[in-house]
Amino acid sequence: MEDLERMKEAYSTAGGNESALEDPKVGSIVIDHNRVLSKREVPGLRIEHQETTDGVNVRVTVSEVLKKPVHLCFGMLPQEGRQVIESEFIIKDGAKAEFISHCIFPNAQKIEHLMNSKVIVGKNSGMTYKEEHYHSSKGNVITKPFLRGRILEGGSLFEEFKLVNGMVGELDIDYEVDQEAGSVCDLTTKVYGRDNDRIEIREALHLNGERASGTANSRIFLRDSANASVLGEVEGNAAHARGHVDCQEILYGSNAKASSTPMISVSHPLAKVTHEAAIGRVDKKELETLLARGLSEDQAVNMIVRGLLR
Amino acid sequence: MLALLEVVDVNYSSGSRHILEDVSLRAEAGEITCVVGVNGTGKSTLAAMIMGLNGYKPSSGRIFFKGKDITNLSVTERARRGMTLAWQSPAEFEGITVREYLSLGKKDPSELLRRVGLDPKKYIDRQVDSRLSGGERKRIELASVMSVEPSLAILDEPDSGIDMASINVITSVIKDLRESGAGVLLITHSEAMAKSADKVVLMCRGRVLREGSVDDVVQFFSGNCVECDHVGKIDERLLNGRS
Repeated sequence: MEDLERMKEAYSTAGGNESALEDPKVGSIVIDHNRVLSKREVPGLRIEHQETTDGVNVRVTVSEVLKKPVHLCFGMLPQEGRQVIESEFIIKDGAKAEFISHCIFPNAQKIEHLMNSKVIVGKNSGMTYKEEHYHSSKGNVITKPFLRGRILEGGSLFEEFKLVNGMVGELDIDYEVDQEAGSVCDLTTKVYGRDNDRIEIREALHLNGERASGTANSRIFLRDSANASVLGEVEGNAAHARGHVDCQEILYGSNAKASSTPMISVSHPLAKVTHEAAIGRVDKKELETLLARGLSEDQAVNMIVRGLLR
Repeated sequence: MLALLEVVDVNYSSGSRHILEDVSLRAEAGEITCVVGVNGTGKSTLAAMIMGLNGYKPSSGRIFFKGKDITNLSVTERARRGMTLAWQSPAEFEGITVREYLSLGKKDPSELLRRVGLDPKKYIDRQVDSRLSGGERKRIELASVMSVEPSLAILDEPDSGIDMASINVITSVIKDLRESGAGVLLITHSEAMAKSADKVVLMCRGRVLREGSVDDVVQFFSGNCVECDHVGKIDERLLNGRS
């Protein structure tokens, strides 16, 4: 079987829409380690790439409103290796795009995946980026998503990172976005950690323009001896800027550990930033209700978590 | 004849407080057995203990289901033997849809929704969370009970906090469960609900005060218990009236 077919198969198993990768009206790129296996541009979408020793440099430029989501598939089929994706997303003024990204490591034993992204969302433009990871159930993956973003006046960025299938391994998220007047940004992270997974998350928003608004959200579920630390930073630096940090971590079992640090600051008297953080256990009534329907404790916990991290 | 459920001389204390004292009762298949009593008499504790919830274990006494001693079984093991329970205030499940919640058994979720008077088109993809009203949530809980086709359904205050239309639906579904051959253990403090039962057990301060026909016990309940002031101690003369 060709590598492209293998990646498509893994993509489909991971919940991706394989037919979208074959649709001539849908923009897409499929990358295995340091090779671009397929790429499709559509009107208003330009994807430039350069293969490197251990990854691919990608520049995505959107110049109009894209009607269909752009599908991105990054992954590694081998059991071991290092993949570095240097990416740049430029959404030009007035343009809009939704990206559905799947990062797939189905056979991972020892893999390092670094995703360094630079995002510029233009004036009155919009970008939605949904990133979902699928790791093997036993291997060790080191994942380091790093994002630096800038949203110009009236622009919006909705970013969701999800890793709820397979072993997390080591996850180190570092996102930081500067926002201009009237811009909107939501950063959301959902992770299911188990065994000895180690999770570190930093989500930072700088609300520098008037009426800029943003939220840094995280939903983390930890069991076994998994460990997570979440830092949510929001600065309100302009009049009527509104920001919020929302972190919920749920533990199951006595060895999992979680910490949450909201760091909020305001440097303008008319700005307002709030936070809420909660670390708790799986709701007993939810658990017992499902047990009373005949589910085992593991099945019940998985069902509750699937809902929480949806 | 072998009872579907048999609770034998169950005691339960929390600290120095006796919550259940020498409680015995039987519930049969194809019958609605109602446990009635004013608030705080130990009815919900008894329901939770029968289901094995919340770590409740009798300090003495045994619980039998289909002739087998289930006193030391887990909630899951009891459920897999055919017992289930609906809480007075059902849990909310963030992110779980009605379809998923009603797919735990083999029955069609849409059909279950129709049976409890809810339009599948409107409800099947909604989440089982706080955006549902109390009546909607109670109906969905009852549908969830039906989804696993239990031999015994323990329903804790199924009529509390809901509108009249929902009460009529719930009463009808309880009767359907009985018609299907299931036993229903109905926990309530409502005389109206108790009247739908085949037999009634009256509890007062953790003890079974009286049991028997609906007419006898409900009449006794309304005459003696609704304005009950037996705080701290049961009137022994009433206890002697246990038939």
